[in-house]
Amino acid sequence: MTGWILALVQTLFVVLFAPFLVGWVKWVKCKLQNRQGPAPWQPYRDLLRLSRKQVVLANTASPIFRAAPYVVFGVTVLAASVLPTISTQLPTSSLADVIVLVGFFALARFFLALAGMDVGTAFGGMGSSREVTISSLAEPAMLMTFFTLSMYVSSTNLSSAVAFLSAAHFTLAPSLIFSFMALILVAVAETGRIPIDNPATHLELTMIHEAMILEYSGRHLLLIEWASMLKLTLYSILIVNLIVPWGVSLTLDPHDMAFAALTVLGKVMVLGLLLAIAETVQAKMRLFRAPQYLGVAFILALLGMMSHIILEVQ
Amino acid sequence: MNKIVNQGQLEAPTVDALVDLLNRSGVPTTDVTEIKGRARTVAIESKLWGKAAAVASRHHVRWSAVWGEHRPPEIYVTAALAGVNGHLLLRTTVPDVGGELPSQTPYYPAANRPERYLHDMFGVRRFTDQPDVFLDERRWMRHQAWKADQHPLLKSFPVAGKPLDETPPDCEYVFVPAEGEGVYEIPVGPVHAGIIEPGHFRFNAMGEDILSLEQHLGYVHKGIEKLAEGRDVHGLARLAARVSGDSTVAHSWAACQACENAADVTVPKRGLAIRAILAERERIANHLGDIGACCNDVGFPFALVQFGRLRELWQRQNATVFGHRFMMDVVTPGGVTRDISPEHVTLLRDGIAQLRRELDELLPLLFEYPSLQDRLRTTGILSLETARRIGAVGYVARASGECWDLRRDAPYAPYDKVTVKVPHSVEGDVAGRVHVRGEEIYVSLDLLDSFLLQLPTGAIKTDFHPVKAACSGIGLVEGWRGEIVSYVALDAHGKVSRYFPRDPSWLTWPALEALIGGVIVPDFPLCNKSVNGSYSGHDL
Repeated sequence: MTGWILALVQTLFVVLFAPFLVGWVKWVKCKLQNRQGPAPWQPYRDLLRLSRKQVVLANTASPIFRAAPYVVFGVTVLAASVLPTISTQLPTSSLADVIVLVGFFALARFFLALAGMDVGTAFGGMGSSREVTISSLAEPAMLMTFFTLSMYVSSTNLSSAVAFLSAAHFTLAPSLIFSFMALILVAVAETGRIPIDNPATHLELTMIHEAMILEYSGRHLLLIEWASMLKLTLYSILIVNLIVPWGVSLTLDPHDMAFAALTVLGKVMVLGLLLAIAETVQAKMRLFRAPQYLGVAFILALLGMMSHIILEVQ
Repeated sequence: MNKIVNQGQLEAPTVDALVDLLNRSGVPTTDVTEIKGRARTVAIESKLWGKAAAVASRHHVRWSAVWGEHRPPEIYVTAALAGVNGHLLLRTTVPDVGGELPSQTPYYPAANRPERYLHDMFGVRRFTDQPDVFLDERRWMRHQAWKADQHPLLKSFPVAGKPLDETPPDCEYVFVPAEGEGVYEIPVGPVHAGIIEPGHFRFNAMGEDILSLEQHLGYVHKGIEKLAEGRDVHGLARLAARVSGDSTVAHSWAACQACENAADVTVPKRGLAIRAILAERERIANHLGDIGACCNDVGFPFALVQFGRLRELWQRQNATVFGHRFMMDVVTPGGVTRDISPEHVTLLRDGIAQLRRELDELLPLLFEYPSLQDRLRTTGILSLETARRIGAVGYVARASGECWDLRRDAPYAPYDKVTVKVPHSVEGDVAGRVHVRGEEIYVSLDLLDSFLLQLPTGAIKTDFHPVKAACSGIGLVEGWRGEIVSYVALDAHGKVSRYFPRDPSWLTWPALEALIGGVIVPDFPLCNKSVNGSYSGHDL
C-alpha cells in the first residue's frame, strides 16, 4: 500500500514539476540572450490562465477533437507513473516496460495528429503530417536504443535497467555511449525543440507541434500544453536517470526517496540548462534536413546495437 | 564581376535616348512641361500606350509606375519609366466614361497590378491586341467594399465614400488553381499570427514544396489618395508621413519634393542635408530590425535580440534629437522642422561610431554562422533575369544583381554632392538580401558621417508659397525599400488636387511570388521577411 501511495506521490511530483522545467529552460534562454525574461514559474500562471478561459470549438469539430486532450494528457501522466524517477522499487514499474512507454508516447501522438486533422484547417493537417513524418523516423531509432539497453541490462523493464546501471561500476560501454547519443537526438526531435521544431515561433507555416494544436483553446489547450511540458520532463528524466543513474533510490525508504527527488531535480535542471544553451547557439534546421538528422540518430542507435553484439556479448 | 552584375541597368538608354527611340519606332512624342521635377515628360497618343511599352521594354528600360488623374471630362494617365540616368514620364488622356487603354502588362509584368488598380479607381479599362496574352480582369483593391462600377478617385465620388452597411465577404475571388495528384491549397491570412498587417496568401503545394503563391492584397486600403484631395501642402506632408509608417521619412520627403518642384520652392541646403540624415537613419533602423527578424524566423533569436537592442538605441537617439522615434513629420514642405544643434551632432556621431563598432562584431558573426547560413543560403532565390523581368527595385533587386539606386543613378540634392556606393550580391537568395542590407548600413553610416561633418549653415526651411495657378510636380526618393515615386498636383488655391505615392512594395510584392517557386512551405515566412513588402504602402 505504501508503495502505491509513494508511486502516486512520485507521479504528482513529476506532473507538477513539468511546467517549472519548461519555464526554467525559457528563463535560461532569455538570460543567454541578454533578456529579462519571464520568471521560471510563468508556465504555471499560463496554465492557470488557460483554466479560466472559455473553450471555443469549431463547428466542424468531432468528438475526437474534444476527447483528444484528455487522452493525450491521461496517457502522458500514465507514462510519468511508470518512469523510475525517484525509486526503482515502486509497484507501478511492473505495469509497463520500455516498449510500452514508447507505445504510450505513440498513442498520445496518434490522437494529437488525429485532432490536428479533425477540424479541417490547412495548418492542422500540415502539422499532423509533419509530426507523423518526424516520429516515423524517430521511433525506430528510439526503439533500437531501448533494445540495446535491454540487451545490456537483460531486461526491458526500466526500473531494472536503472537499478542495474546504478549498481554497476562506472564503465564506458561503447554500446551505451552510442545509444545515449541516439536517445538525446531522438528526444530533441520528439519534444519539438530546436533544431527540429521551434517552440517559441508565431509563424504558422513553420510549426510542427504548435500547428496541430492551433485550434485548441481553454482547458483543452491547458491539457495539451501540460502534456507537452510533461513529455519534455519525461524525456529529460529518462535521459538523466539512464546516463547518470546515481542518486535514484533503490529502496522505498522515505529519506532515500527525498534525497533522490532532490538529485533528480538537480540533474534535470542541469540538463535543461544544456538544452537552453544548445537551443541558443543554433538556428532551426530546414524541415527537409530532419530526416538526415534522425537518420544520424538511427545510425548511432544501430552502432550501439552492433557494438554491443560484437564487443560486449560474451 | 561588377560589369556583369550591372548589365541590365547599364544597357538601359538615357532618358533622352529613350525619347528618340520612341520617336523612331513609330511612337511620336510631344514634350510636356507641366509636371515639374527631375523627370522628362512626353505625351503620346493613347492608342500607342502599349506600343511605347513594347519599345521601352526591348531596350531594358525599367517600368516604374502608372497613375491616373481625373480632370473632367478626361483622365490623364501617366506612366513612369526608368532609364539609366532617371525617369521618363509618358502621359496620355482617355475619356472618363468608357476610357480604354492598351495594356503595358504584356511587356512589363510589373504593370499588371497597377493597371488593375487604375481600373478599380478610375474605371479605365485595359485591353491588349497581343493574341497570346491573358489580361487579369479581377478587381485588385479593397475587394467588395464598394461596387464594381464605382470608381472612388473620380471627382464625382464623395470623400466619405458610399459605404455599404456590411462589406460582403470576398469569397468569389478566383485564385489561379493548380491541379494534379497530391496538390493542395493552403490559405494563409488575411489575419496573421504575428503583429503584421493583413494580406492573403494562397499557396499551391505538393507535400512541403510550394508550386505557386498568389497574393491577394488590398485589405488595408485607407483611401489615402482621396483623403489628400483638398488638403494644403502641410496637411499633405502629414498624410504622406503615414502612407507606410516604417518609411515615414522617405514618403514625406518624396511628397514634399513633389510639392516643392511643383511650386518652384528651393529648400535651403541645411534642410536638405538634415532630410538626408533622417532618411539614412530610417534606412539603418529598418535594416537593423529586419536583419534580426530574418534570423529569428529561422529560430535564431540571439540575432533578433541583439539587433533589436541596436535598433532601440538608434531610435532613442532619433527621439532625443528629432523628437520622434520614427522621425515622423520632421520633413515638411520647404525644409525640416527640427534643427540639429552642435551638441546633437556630437551625440549622433558618437552613436554612429558605437553602432559601427558593434556591427563590426555582430555582422561577421552572422554572415559566417554555419547553422544560420545553412538556412539563409540558397533559400528563395530570385534570379537576375527574373528580377529584371518583373522590374524589382531596392535591396530585393540589388541582392539579385540589378543595381538601381536613385541616390547614385539620378541623384537628388544632397546626394548629388556625395558618392553613394551601391552594395549588391549575385546570389539573389535570402542570405544575399540580408548581406546587402548589412552592407547598406555601412554605406549609410558613411553618408551620415559625411553629412554631419559638412552640415551646411543657414536656415533649415523656407516658407512654402503656393503659386497662384494649377501646377504639378514629381518627387523621386530612394527609400529604404527602394524607389518611391510621388506625384502631386496642386490647384490654383494651393490645395492638393491629386496625390499618388508609389511605394516600392508595388514592385517587390511580385518578387516574392516569383522567388517562392520550389521553396518549402516552412521557409515561406523567412522569404517573406527577407523581401518585407509594405501592406499599407501598397494598399494605400
